[in-house]
Amino acid sequence: MANPVTVDFPRNFTKALNDGQLRRNLRAAMDTLGLRRRNLFSDPEAFEQLRARGDAIRRRALSKLPQLLEQLERKCTENGIQVHWAETPDEANRICLEIMQRHNATRVIKGKSMVSEEMHLNHFLEERGIEALETDLGEYIIQLDHETPSHIIVPAIHKNRDQIARLFHEKIPNTPYTEVVEELNAIARKILREKFFAGEVGVSGVNFAVAETGTLCLVENEGNGRMCTTAPPVHIAVMGLEKVVERLEDVPPLLRLLTGSATGQLITTYFNMISSPRKPDEKDGPKEVHLVLLDNGRTQIWADPELRQTLKCIRCGTCLNHCPVYTRLGGHAYGYVYPGPIGSILTPQLEGLENAGAMATASTFCGACEEVCPVKIPIVDILRRLRIEAYNKVDSPHAVKGHGYKVNAMESLTWKGWALSNATPWVNALNAKLLGLLGPQLPRLPAPDIVKKWTQSRTLPKFASKSLHVLAKEKGLSDE
Amino acid sequence: MSNARANILARLREVAPQADTAVPEPAAPPIEALSHADQVDRLKRLMEAMHAEVYLTDSGNWTAVLKDVLRQRSLNGLLYAPATPIGTTLSESWESDLPPLVGYDQVVEQSKERLFGIDAGITSTKGGLADVGALILWPTPHEPRLMSLAPAVHIAVLEAANIHDSLADAIAREHWQDKMPTNALLISGPSKTADIELVLTFGVHGPKELIVLILDD
Repeated sequence: MANPVTVDFPRNFTKALNDGQLRRNLRAAMDTLGLRRRNLFSDPEAFEQLRARGDAIRRRALSKLPQLLEQLERKCTENGIQVHWAETPDEANRICLEIMQRHNATRVIKGKSMVSEEMHLNHFLEERGIEALETDLGEYIIQLDHETPSHIIVPAIHKNRDQIARLFHEKIPNTPYTEVVEELNAIARKILREKFFAGEVGVSGVNFAVAETGTLCLVENEGNGRMCTTAPPVHIAVMGLEKVVERLEDVPPLLRLLTGSATGQLITTYFNMISSPRKPDEKDGPKEVHLVLLDNGRTQIWADPELRQTLKCIRCGTCLNHCPVYTRLGGHAYGYVYPGPIGSILTPQLEGLENAGAMATASTFCGACEEVCPVKIPIVDILRRLRIEAYNKVDSPHAVKGHGYKVNAMESLTWKGWALSNATPWVNALNAKLLGLLGPQLPRLPAPDIVKKWTQSRTLPKFASKSLHVLAKEKGLSDE
Repeated sequence: MSNARANILARLREVAPQADTAVPEPAAPPIEALSHADQVDRLKRLMEAMHAEVYLTDSGNWTAVLKDVLRQRSLNGLLYAPATPIGTTLSESWESDLPPLVGYDQVVEQSKERLFGIDAGITSTKGGLADVGALILWPTPHEPRLMSLAPAVHIAVLEAANIHDSLADAIAREHWQDKMPTNALLISGPSKTADIELVLTFGVHGPKELIVLILDD
């Protein structure tokens, strides 16, 4: 198992907030994506009906998860797809490696997949002498710069065209500097088509896996997903085990919600449904198709009725696009694979609160994420739950991993005092009086570290000499 | 291998059923039933908005329309499927001033260079979706998958009678769940991306052009 990642959130956040270029790139992009989504779902009543359906379909699938996973395995196997189960990312990586080594593969072409990012698959393969090339244009751009995706849908959105132009010019031999998007596109096309031609194994993610028919569905615009799953002799699909849906008829509403929320499209250029490897009389397509089902903590999340709703996510990224925090920070500041609101509830559950719990504090609780979520994930409730469990040891088998990591005597005492003060009228009145008298002197006193940090970007409140209760009394209002 | 499967399923089975986690499912919103003319119009309009080039013709004239389209371009060849009805029609009526017809008749291992080197490919389609403007393709042994993907120009022949109102409608009417093919595809335009500053550009990996001939008799 890889060591947990250590992330310096305060440093990351400060760096991101001070990067004017990044903030301009993000602002423009997120506003556009938000607008496109609003244009597509312009009829609120119809949209609410569709959302309710999406929510119900995902809940039904999760409520039958063990049965559906077995049905999916059975159907896939009947169709000739080989199914593998992995509890950890490391195990999933080894399954992929073993398949590649069996075929003596050294050149692997990859379609976009967040689960493969979660596994750090590329890094794992490179260390073992296998080139794993990202073929989605955005993923290709960031791979050239040794970066990770900063957004679930548009992975290179943090870069503008000048930055990409410079990157291509510097990293791709014999490439002139050009800021023309079409030309940048053509450069990538030329290089990647050679790779598609020569790829020995194709790796992809899965948007929906249909238990009823053993069908793997892939949503994309570029055609690289089709290339990776059609041209090489072997296709490996990796998916988190929550991606299963019960029936084929569940797919159309989810597809509409996904493409509409993600990019404001009625449908993407390609919707690819793969149900088997090449049959004996067929002339192309992979001769072997493998499906790797990854748990990585999902069964633990699933066990709790509230947390389970995290797993409804269809990875549309619209909560990122509408989040005031994400829009100012971008994805890299969060430090983990899944950024933004969905990342802030998913990652602490996968990685443990002690490692990633701080992500749950990167939210204003404004609720925009929940309002736009196409499958109605109660993101705010789950964020609040994570914050509470961070401060409390919980005696439940469903407690979030790492609960109570912030338990701290000083803070507990302060909050206990706060609770007492608010529940006991005479203490409250005394406090108000004391703050009125002493409050104006506070800024002159040496402040403890925690207050200093707090006031770096905030103004210390001014305490009035008379409390609201006193003022009300003076006006002759009854004070109850 | 490990006990991953048993461990995962055991963890899932350990949890008591949670009846409250499923919610009532609203019925599918009524599908706006379109007239045949509306289906054709809507599909054409939406696909054109996605930069497909769409021609309305009929089963008597489509090869003439196709020949015009091909004569306007300079293409090194047209990949086709000889053993399909449209393949037969094409080979019977081909003319020497047109790009040579190249049959996809060998397995990919023997024909990869040709597939990636030829400029255009022509396929039939299983149908279309009017509500979103997409083609349905179910590649077959005679008409393999790469035909609609490897060449830079994809020409698709769609019979207007096979246009459905929506994907849900197509699945329900044709009982797809009973007979999913190796690969089923929906295609709504030429390959595109918006990964650089959200600027929409076409032809990134797959076909740069999608030409649709709708046969409406």
